[in-house]
Amino acid sequence: MSVFKRAPIAVRREERAAHIFMLPWFLGVIFITLGPMIVSIGLSMTKYRLIGKPRFIGLDNYVKMFSDARLMQSLKVTFLYVIVGVPLALALALLLAVVLNKGVRGLSFYRSVYYLPSLFAGSVAIGVLWRQVFGAEGIVNTIAGWFGIDSMGHSWVGDPKTAIWTLILLHVWTFGSSMIIFLAGLRQVPQELYEASALDGANKWQQFCHVTVPVLTPIIFFNLVMGIINSFQNFAQAFVVSGGTGGPTDSTLVYALYVYQQAFGSTRNMGYAAALGWLLVLIVGVLTGLNFLFSKKWVHYAD
Amino acid sequence: MPTNTATVSPNEDVIPVAERHGMDPVLKRRIEAVVKHAILLIVGFAMIFPLLWMVSSSLKDDADIFRNISLIPTDWDWANYKEGWNAQSYPFGKYLLNSLIITIGAIIGNMISCSMAAYGFTRLKWRGQGIAFGYMLMTLMMPIYVMIIPQYIMWSKLGFLNTFVPLILPKFLATEPFFVFLMVQFFRGIPRSLDEAAKVDGAGPFRIYWQILMPNALPSLATCGIFSFIWTWNDFFSQLLYLTKPQNLTVAVALRNFADATSGTSWGPLFAMSTLSLVPVFIVFLFGQRYLIEGSVTSGLK
Repeated sequence: MSVFKRAPIAVRREERAAHIFMLPWFLGVIFITLGPMIVSIGLSMTKYRLIGKPRFIGLDNYVKMFSDARLMQSLKVTFLYVIVGVPLALALALLLAVVLNKGVRGLSFYRSVYYLPSLFAGSVAIGVLWRQVFGAEGIVNTIAGWFGIDSMGHSWVGDPKTAIWTLILLHVWTFGSSMIIFLAGLRQVPQELYEASALDGANKWQQFCHVTVPVLTPIIFFNLVMGIINSFQNFAQAFVVSGGTGGPTDSTLVYALYVYQQAFGSTRNMGYAAALGWLLVLIVGVLTGLNFLFSKKWVHYAD
Repeated sequence: MPTNTATVSPNEDVIPVAERHGMDPVLKRRIEAVVKHAILLIVGFAMIFPLLWMVSSSLKDDADIFRNISLIPTDWDWANYKEGWNAQSYPFGKYLLNSLIITIGAIIGNMISCSMAAYGFTRLKWRGQGIAFGYMLMTLMMPIYVMIIPQYIMWSKLGFLNTFVPLILPKFLATEPFFVFLMVQFFRGIPRSLDEAAKVDGAGPFRIYWQILMPNALPSLATCGIFSFIWTWNDFFSQLLYLTKPQNLTVAVALRNFADATSGTSWGPLFAMSTLSLVPVFIVFLFGQRYLIEGSVTSGLK
């Protein structure tokens, strides 16, 4: 029976049902996602402060970016955060997943302990905690004191050289969510591959490099791509740790925080902030594209 | 511990032999296991330590927080909870309630709207379906900062600033692509023969959705609900944007205000409220860990 012979009435009925089921989603596309995206293209070419009418200024907002020193600073901070934090968290996730995979007793206990921080990490409470832990009288300094390092009074979050590193560490602290994905992926690695390589005389390290990692590369790749995309958008922790300023001296001014300051700070530069949003899309898009390009060199897809 | 010494002391004699003949495999495995567990425990403890320390600090007085790093408070002092609870213009319970209302709204909205969209994507045929699905996948990667400004302008022009509408209504419009995707994956795994059988019995799309798909998709609905809970409860950015009046602050925003107002002068009450704000997430984690893991895995593997 070919599809052309189906009664058109049934097709139309199905189409009508689909419209009802998809109605919320369609409304979401119009009012919450695609609509605002299109509006924000227009908005990015205006000067608009929420009061009064947007004034068309062409590409001025985009031109202005090149001479915006704080934007450059924020890009620098964000790239450091992403380029160090994401691979570090993934490497740790992979390492611990491999260790846990070999039938360790108490697997579910360890898994819970490692996973829990990733659920908390986005909350304001953890930002508050970080502010104390790495503060002038924080426990990091207390513990350093035990090892004879006298850093009491030195605030890690208050020093422009170290502040961003506390946020990177906070990101690494969330490795558990990727670890869980790797653990599931490891269970799909065919056992014969290990047996075969053991017969060939491969040791554990060689097995890890030549069996485990290649099989996991598609998962590593996916986590890398999503990790980069998500880390570029992190906001809450930088905001809480720096008290909303991105300080000290803009050293924690991550991209999202800068967008927030432009749009919702005292200046209310809605137009410029919209343009910054599109710059973020461009950056994330290019990085994702590069990722896909390079993936051909290291990601192995099983047929 | 006599058993321990019994196994440990002969080792000194065994090692030279092991070097000659290759180490006794049983012993080798045992040493490996001990080292492995030691490392796993140290890493785990290091990760959990800040959390435990926060909880214990919430029970110490301010001087004790810095003098005494031990996880056990010198004397259990619940005064911090009392003080933190009443430190702002409304009792903290008000903020917990606000967070709860928004979270429940988000859970219901996501469950209904995302399962409907997933049904439309997997079980019905309609024009433009392919493009729509591609668009949905694309929005998985779209930064919110490219939509948030027009959204904010829209809500402000409609007079919905300082209401829960901008935080709840979008969830009823299937705007969390992660959940749509999650349910699409799950629906694809539910055998079509079930639909076909129901169709033969005269069931239309709505009955198939409600009586066949939804009951079979309960695990994915649970996953969706649990993730909605944690994400909404933890959400700070949009709550910071839309809620500024004291009476409708959420836990996240209230906690941030509290932290900025005290800025390092009264850690005890601040930690008490911080701890309190994490309790709901912890409870959800305890009971819903299986679904959290399943959700991460389905979305992270494919």
